Amino acid sequence: MSLVSLGVVSVLFGVGTYLMLQRALTRIIIGLGLVSHGVNLLIVLAGGDRGAPPLLAEGVDPATVADPLPQAMVLTAIVITFGVTALLLALALRSWMLTGTDEVEDDPEDRRVAREVHPVTEPVPDVIMHEVVE
Amino acid sequence: MSWLLPSAIAVPLLAAGLTALVGRRLAVQRALALSGVTFTLGAAIALLIEADRHGPVVAQVGGWAAPIGITLVADRFSAIVLTVSAAMLLAVLAYAIGQLGRDALDWWFHAKYLVLTAGVAMSLLTGDLFNLFVGFEMMLIASYVLLTVRTGPAQVRATISYVVINLVASALFLVLIAFAYGATGTVNLADMAGRLAEIDPAVSEGLGLLMLVVFGIKAGLFPLFMWLPDSYPTAPTPVTAIFAGLLTKVGVFVIIRTQTLLFPSEGPSTLLLFVAGATMTVGVLGAIAQNDVKRILSFHIISQIGYMIMGLGFLSVAGLTAAILYITHHIVVKTGLFLVGGLVEAEQGTGALHRTGGLLHRRPIVAVLFLPLALSLAGIPPFSGFVAKLALVQEGVVLGRGFIVAVSLAVGLLTLFSMTKIWSAAFWGEPGELGESAGRAGAGVLIATGAVVVISLAVTVFAQPLIELSARAAADLLDPAVYISAVLGGG
Repeated sequence: MSLVSLGVVSVLFGVGTYLMLQRALTRIIIGLGLVSHGVNLLIVLAGGDRGAPPLLAEGVDPATVADPLPQAMVLTAIVITFGVTALLLALALRSWMLTGTDEVEDDPEDRRVAREVHPVTEPVPDVIMHEVVE
Repeated sequence: MSWLLPSAIAVPLLAAGLTALVGRRLAVQRALALSGVTFTLGAAIALLIEADRHGPVVAQVGGWAAPIGITLVADRFSAIVLTVSAAMLLAVLAYAIGQLGRDALDWWFHAKYLVLTAGVAMSLLTGDLFNLFVGFEMMLIASYVLLTVRTGPAQVRATISYVVINLVASALFLVLIAFAYGATGTVNLADMAGRLAEIDPAVSEGLGLLMLVVFGIKAGLFPLFMWLPDSYPTAPTPVTAIFAGLLTKVGVFVIIRTQTLLFPSEGPSTLLLFVAGATMTVGVLGAIAQNDVKRILSFHIISQIGYMIMGLGFLSVAGLTAAILYITHHIVVKTGLFLVGGLVEAEQGTGALHRTGGLLHRRPIVAVLFLPLALSLAGIPPFSGFVAKLALVQEGVVLGRGFIVAVSLAVGLLTLFSMTKIWSAAFWGEPGELGESAGRAGAGVLIATGAVVVISLAVTVFAQPLIELSARAAADLLDPAVYISAVLGGG
C-alpha cells in the first residue's frame, strides 16, 4: 500500500465532500462521483500489495498472486455507482425542467414550521425568506 | 430446503424481468407481481418453520464452500422478519392494485416493486457483507425510481435529498467494507466474527462504530434521521407505506445482526441506550410539531426505531426478544397506518389536518381501520404495541435502567397525544372542505388495509407463541456460535 495512493484517496474524499456541501445539484453529483472513486481506490488498496495476475495454474504459488476479490467488488461498486449517477443526472435535468434551477431547495414543510416560530408579517419571496429563516 | 433461499430472491427478480417483457398487459403484470411476492412469502414461511425446527438454513451459492463463496442464511431472526415483510409487501401490492389507476399510470410499477421485494429478501437473507451492500442497493435503487416516476417538483426535490443521503451512506458502507476486508481478509459475516476476535480490539471497535453509523443512516437513528421525514411523505401512498414499514426496519435488522454477531459483548450498552432514548424523544417531538397525516406518521417511524434499538441496547435475551417482537409489530402497524393515511387523503383530497374533519360520519370504516392501529402504535392494551412495549419495560426494570424506561413511557404518552391529534382533526368535528382529488376509497384498498389490521390484531392474539419464538430467536442471536457453525461447518 503506497503513500501516494493513500494521498490520492484522501484528496478525492476531501474534494468530493466539499462539492457535496454545495447547493447546486450538478456539483453534488460530481462530488459523489469523486467520493466513489476514492472509495473504489480504497477497496483496491485493502486487497494488499500487488502481485502476479490471479490465474491459478500448475506451479503458481498462491502467495505471489494479487488478491482478486477486491477487484471483483470494485467492479460491482463501479457499475452500481454508474447507474445511480445516471439516475441522479436525470433527476437534475427533471428538476431544471420543472423549476428552472438545479439548486436543492429547503423542505417547504420545514420552512412552514420555521415561519410559525419566527412569524413574518408580510409575504416574502422565497429567496428572502431564506435569509429571514436562517 | 436450502434451495428456497436463493429462489426467494431470484423468483421476484425473474418476475420483474417478465413484467417488462409482457409490456402493457396490466392483468398479466398484476398476476406476475402477485405470484412473485406470494412465492417469497411462501418461501419465508417454509424457511421460518425449518429454521425453528432444525436450526439455521444455509445455502452456499454456486456450491463454493463458506468463506469463499456467497452464503445465504435464514436463521429464526431473519426468517421472522422476512415473513412479516413479505406479508406486508403482498398487502401493499393488493392496495396498489386496488387503488384505481396507480399501477395503470406507471407501466413499470410492478417491475420496480418486484425488484424491491428481491432486494429486501436479499438484505435479510445474506450472510456476506458485500452481498448485503448489493441487496441494499437493489432495494434502494428500486425505491429511488418508485419515488420519482410521474411526479411533480415536490417529489423531485424530496427524492434528490433522499438519493444523495443514501448515496453518501452507500459510499460509507463501501469504506466500511474496505476497512473490514483490510483488517480481517474476509467479507463473510460468520468468518469475520471469528477473525474480529483475533485482531486489535481498537480496530474492531472502530469497525463496530462505523457499522453503527452506516446502518444508522439507513435505519434513521438519532442523529442521522433528518432525511426521512423529508422524503417519505411526498410519495404515493402504497410506496410510502412500504418504505415506512420495511426499509428502515431492514436497517435495524442489520444493526442487530452485526452488533450481536460481530461484536458480542456483555451487559447493557449505554451508547446504544442513549441513541435509543434520543431517537425516541426527537422523533416524537418532531411528530407533534407536524400538521399533515403522513408527516406525523413519518416522524413516528423515527421514534419507534428508538424502541427497537432500546431492546438491542439491553443485550439480553429478554431485551432482544422485545426488540424482535417490536420489529414484527411495528412493520405491520406502520404499514397499516400509512395505508389508512392514504385512505384519509383519498376521501378528503388532502392530508393536511386543518382541512380535514368529520370522516367518522362520512366514512366510518376508515375510522374503524385507523383506531386499532393508532392505539397499537401508542402501546395501549390490548393491542400489539402493548405486548412489545411491556416486554421492553419489564426488561428495563429488571436491569435497573430506570431512565430509559421513563423516557420510553413518556414517549408512549406523547405518541398517544399525536394519534389523538389525527383522530380529532380527521375523524371528529365539522366536515372539512374536500380537496380537488377527493373521492371514495374503493373496496380493493379497504380490503387490503383491513387485512393489515387483521394481521396486527393477530400479533396480539398469538402473542404467547410469538414471544416464545422471538425468545428462541433472541437466544440464537446472543450465541453467535449457532450462526457461525451453521455457516462454516458443513452446508
